[in-house]
Amino acid sequence: MAVCLRTSRAIINSLQSKVGLLSMISQSSCWSSLTHHREPPFSSLKAQNVRDPDANFCDKATLYSSRRFESVKTEKQFNSPDDVDHYQQILDFPGGKVAFTSEMRFISESPVERAHCYRVLDNDGQLILCSKFKKVSEEMAIKMYSDMVTLQTMDAFFYEAQRQGRISFYATTIGEEAINIASAAALTIDDLVFPQYREPGVLLWRGFTLKEFANQCFGNKADNGKGRQMPIHYGSNKHNYFTVAATIATQLPHAVGAAYSLKMDRRNACVITYFGDGGTSEGDFHAALNLAAVREVPVIFFCRNNGWAISTPTTDQFRSDGVVVKGRGYGIRSIRVDGNDALAIYSSVHAAREMAISEQRPILIEALTYRVGHHSTSDDSTKYRPVDEIEWWRSARDPVARFRKWIESNGWWCSEAESELRNSVKTQLLQAIQEAEKIEKSPLAELFTDVYDVPPSNLSEQEKLLRETIRRHPQDYPQDVPI
Amino acid sequence: MTVRDALNSALDEEMSADPKVFLMGEEVGEYQGAYKISKGLLDKYGPERVLDTPITEAGFTGIGVGAAYYGLRPVVEFMTFNFSMQAIDHIINSAAKSNYMSAGQISVPIVFRGPNGAAAGVGAQHSQCYAAWFAACPGLKVLAPYSSEDARGLLKAAIRDPDPVVFLENELLYGESFPVSAEVLDSSFCLPIGKAKIEKAGKDVTITAFSKMVGYALKAAEILTKEGISAEVINLRSIRPLDRPTINDSVRKTNRLVTVEEGFPQHGVGAEICTSIVEESFGYLDAPVERIAGADVPMPYAANLERLAVPQVEDIVRAAKRACYRSMPLAAAA
Repeated sequence: MAVCLRTSRAIINSLQSKVGLLSMISQSSCWSSLTHHREPPFSSLKAQNVRDPDANFCDKATLYSSRRFESVKTEKQFNSPDDVDHYQQILDFPGGKVAFTSEMRFISESPVERAHCYRVLDNDGQLILCSKFKKVSEEMAIKMYSDMVTLQTMDAFFYEAQRQGRISFYATTIGEEAINIASAAALTIDDLVFPQYREPGVLLWRGFTLKEFANQCFGNKADNGKGRQMPIHYGSNKHNYFTVAATIATQLPHAVGAAYSLKMDRRNACVITYFGDGGTSEGDFHAALNLAAVREVPVIFFCRNNGWAISTPTTDQFRSDGVVVKGRGYGIRSIRVDGNDALAIYSSVHAAREMAISEQRPILIEALTYRVGHHSTSDDSTKYRPVDEIEWWRSARDPVARFRKWIESNGWWCSEAESELRNSVKTQLLQAIQEAEKIEKSPLAELFTDVYDVPPSNLSEQEKLLRETIRRHPQDYPQDVPI
Repeated sequence: MTVRDALNSALDEEMSADPKVFLMGEEVGEYQGAYKISKGLLDKYGPERVLDTPITEAGFTGIGVGAAYYGLRPVVEFMTFNFSMQAIDHIINSAAKSNYMSAGQISVPIVFRGPNGAAAGVGAQHSQCYAAWFAACPGLKVLAPYSSEDARGLLKAAIRDPDPVVFLENELLYGESFPVSAEVLDSSFCLPIGKAKIEKAGKDVTITAFSKMVGYALKAAEILTKEGISAEVINLRSIRPLDRPTINDSVRKTNRLVTVEEGFPQHGVGAEICTSIVEESFGYLDAPVERIAGADVPMPYAANLERLAVPQVEDIVRAAKRACYRSMPLAAAA
């Protein structure tokens, strides 16, 4: 104890003239004693505290603590006056105990080694020895693979349809099929999904049909979105998949709010929200992660780090070691996984869900992958990245082929099954697109509904006026728009 | 009852009646509310229903919207609506438009409330009126209470409403006391959204106002009465939907209109009211519509300058007189 006092005294002396020991702010009498003399204040401080410990410490709780949730452990350690004896604990700051050092050492801006990336299958789809992962049944694996193939084919067909002028816009998910399907497979239907816009596979897994995808893309009257939005802005409350909005990263705080709702209802469910590397630059990313941690909500933040935000590469997006390290900045448990490895994604999302719900905490998953397709049909990515780079990721690192190799090596799949699946999907897609194209668009009334819960009088008037005008001047309006 | 107590009691009663209602914002809990509107609520309902948020309007507004997406009924408090600009993407793009964009699958029963408009000596970044901005957006409802009765009735209606509501209070009105009837004090009391109130009936000129300006309009009406002009004062209460029928009926009776607001004149509430009259009651006007608004400058701090930048009772009186007596436009007369 005496030794401890001497060294601590030395530190106090050297610091005192420069820093002034700001931790004493809450104890005004101690503060004045510090500023007035060079003699180590510790002894007088200690004596004062022993004589009247309550005067200095009992108000700490009201000043600093957020006393509502159990996880603020560092704060709690300091609340008892019994800790007065040890020198360290007296020098405390809002936020908890901190060890002092006399070395002025800046924490490096980058780690010695980048955060490791969890994977289960190697590039040839073979299990890596000693890999730990959540086992997947044959039935589950086949459904996962089938949906990955369906997603891949759907993308090809809809992209083509846009190029042919049949739909106005499309964005593919090529290269990220494993992320879409495997993450969805690890969740239950009760878990809420807040997507960005490159996760239609999650909806596909949950049962959204190819016809429903096509109807939304064509904006016809069978679209459960009533033709209100551009293609790929899917949404289905039946599938707990919140409607896609084009605003970047706004879904992150929404997810936290919804998770808060689940927490209050004590539901056995969590929220998952997806976003890209670009989305992490938005203010909403910061606010959402911060609040999720402070409020201890069951949400999985899933970052699809595919290297590109339209033409902005990640080196222009952030200078951190990717996204996984940002989790610690908010006090959030995080992991980096191989985004092209379906089993790694399945395992990590499964584990994340368990932790999120049982421990009521947010989890951050960064899936490293590559955006093989263009940002959307409005983009030509060969203008800002090499064609051979794109091709290499498309073929050598295709997550679908990789997973296929694994299920084949288990004897669960063969080339007959493969061609049967692909033919079936192609036929269904062709039919879905042809039908969706023919279905008429939403009637005029749907222009005015859903603005509010109940249409207000001014909108009813506008609708009447519009109908009247169309009736009087039919030549000014297209014949094929249903009234 | 003061407006502050009216708001506090309305929040209390709605939180008591519906466990899904919760309050979030900066300083609403421990501090009892930056303006003490949420006094006592943390103690009564606990930290799960009265949330002190970190300083991120964009963040906690987004979180409120997300909670509303999934079944809760949040009341999001902005310390002043000036700070709502940080969150305006979530208010407009996430709250106002979601029901429409999702074709009715996502409803957003959220209330955004807080003080709006000029206070006293708080300068440019704390004095703007946002009524016109929010009222321009389809999908939102925008309310502006004046009296304690308005505060209670409209806040209860806003919380119960399934659509997103922007509730514009006024800092200087918080401490003002108004008489309230037993009916108003009842916990089931509610005012309809979209109905204006005729605070004082008259026959010579219609004066429309909302929030603090209603008080100024009433004072102006008193002065006008002494000079033989009978003014009808309409308390708009609801900026969106605007009670066009009541305003038009009134102008058809008086044939003259003065619109009063504290905010910037261009594209303001008065401009919309004027258009409504021109569209529906043009033939009834005996004089051009007079528009009283704040000066077209960021709010200055110095007391003398601030006084000149905000409408005063005398401005309203002069405008009403112009509407009643002049036969030529003001510019031509000079």
